[in-house]
Amino acid sequence: MDWTTLKGFRDPERARAVVRGVRQELERADSRLGRKLRLMEVCGTHTVSFSRSGVRSVLSDLVELVSGPGCPVCVTDQRDIDAMIETARVPGVIVTTFGDMMRVPGSRTTLQQERTQGADVRVVYSALDALKVAEEKPEATVVFLGVGFETTAPGIAHAILEAQARGLGNFAVLSAHKYTPPAVRALLDGGDARLDGFVLPGHVSVVTGTDGWQFLAREYGLPGVVTGFDPLDLLAGVGELATLIADGRAEVRNAYPRTVQEHGNPHAQELIRRVFRPADAVWRGLGPIPASGMAIAGEFARYDASRRLDLDLPPTRVPPGCRCGDVLQGKVLPTGCKLFAVACTPERPIGPCMVSSEGSCAAYYQYEPEAVEAALAAARRGPARGGEARGAAGRPGEVA
Amino acid sequence: MCLAAPGRVVAVDRERQMATVEYFGNEREVGVALVPEVQVGDFVMVHAGEAIEIVDAEEAEASLALWTELYGLDDAEGL
Ligand code: SF4
Ligand code: SF4
Repeated sequence: MDWTTLKGFRDPERARAVVRGVRQELERADSRLGRKLRLMEVCGTHTVSFSRSGVRSVLSDLVELVSGPGCPVCVTDQRDIDAMIETARVPGVIVTTFGDMMRVPGSRTTLQQERTQGADVRVVYSALDALKVAEEKPEATVVFLGVGFETTAPGIAHAILEAQARGLGNFAVLSAHKYTPPAVRALLDGGDARLDGFVLPGHVSVVTGTDGWQFLAREYGLPGVVTGFDPLDLLAGVGELATLIADGRAEVRNAYPRTVQEHGNPHAQELIRRVFRPADAVWRGLGPIPASGMAIAGEFARYDASRRLDLDLPPTRVPPGCRCGDVLQGKVLPTGCKLFAVACTPERPIGPCMVSSEGSCAAYYQYEPEAVEAALAAARRGPARGGEARGAAGRPGEVA
Repeated sequence: MCLAAPGRVVAVDRERQMATVEYFGNEREVGVALVPEVQVGDFVMVHAGEAIEIVDAEEAEASLALWTELYGLDDAEGL
């Protein structure tokens, strides 16, 4: 099974039939609402898959798919990024991280820049690999940068328990982990999201189960469908949402049953409960959300880098003009940012949404060539607009 | 970072809660604390070095069958 693009369907006739079926349902839903459907994909990997597979553009006349706060790198608050970078500057510390974090701009530098200046920053594939580094370097303090949602957190919990079992005293985690449902709630409570339903994250839901999303239907009267990442999964998710909306049913459904269970993964939930405690967290774009963060429980304090290191953080600065915060709330598409493709590119990213492989801006830049063309053309047409964009990128950041 | 990929389990080390998983021809050690019931031969979804769930092959077929029904595809084979 390798359907990287719609073209990759082995039988194009069948692919067309599926698309036709989904389009029919979308038409029914649109005519019931009297306007184009507006759905949010919560997950960053969905954002990328919708663009890369061509499903977004094939359906774009009938449904508006906006991305939400689904990329953990993108939603990490500037202050947390600064803390990670500052950690790398502490003598005797080895920072271990997923590769995506390396180029995320902090207020002043990036982890990558710190590394060129001599900091010991290592990209690892998993928290368990970070443990290996701790074993090999007993004289150093090895800090793993914990960024992720319910999908990543249990693995980190596993690593912390493993460190305890192996008696590794020189391992710690800087946890910026977050729970996704509170962010979706915050978006809806904010009131200006104007959404008709949710394409729910396939892999977060492996842990939370469809149970974790029932509140959408119960409390907000909105439908949601959990789905996977192949073109067929994406079409299934949108098609089923369209059917629910056309029939006027607010329900939460599972279009990814081969991987996601109703009650989620109880072992993963148990590990999260054991090692983390819900804590208030600040999200880029959404601001502070109560009980949306995962802090390391007191019992495991010795593995909590935020308690072990006493960091002195300089004031936070976010790059002027960057609209990541609005992109993450579905308020604007990446193309709504004046810097998109003009001053901000994957090679020279200004905001995290252009850095992360799951960031909306990066997804649009890579897989929506018309969007890039339009942005560049607009910049060429209006010297004021293009000039402003370039100027803003060249100026130092302002205090947020 | 959040991409998860399915792989086939070729060996399980229960004591260390680790397993060797093969995907796309490569082998890797991954954590299996979240899927303690895992068996050699199972397909698991791996995310950041941890198997987060066992993928149900039968369910996968069932969802294809549902698709066939929903959108009038007479035969889902080859999809
Ligand atoms: S295009 Fe760049 S600057 Fe604009 S919102 Fe996206 S990441 Fe931020
Ligand atoms: S954690 Fe999973 S569900 Fe969320 S963005 Fe990443 S892949 Fe998607």
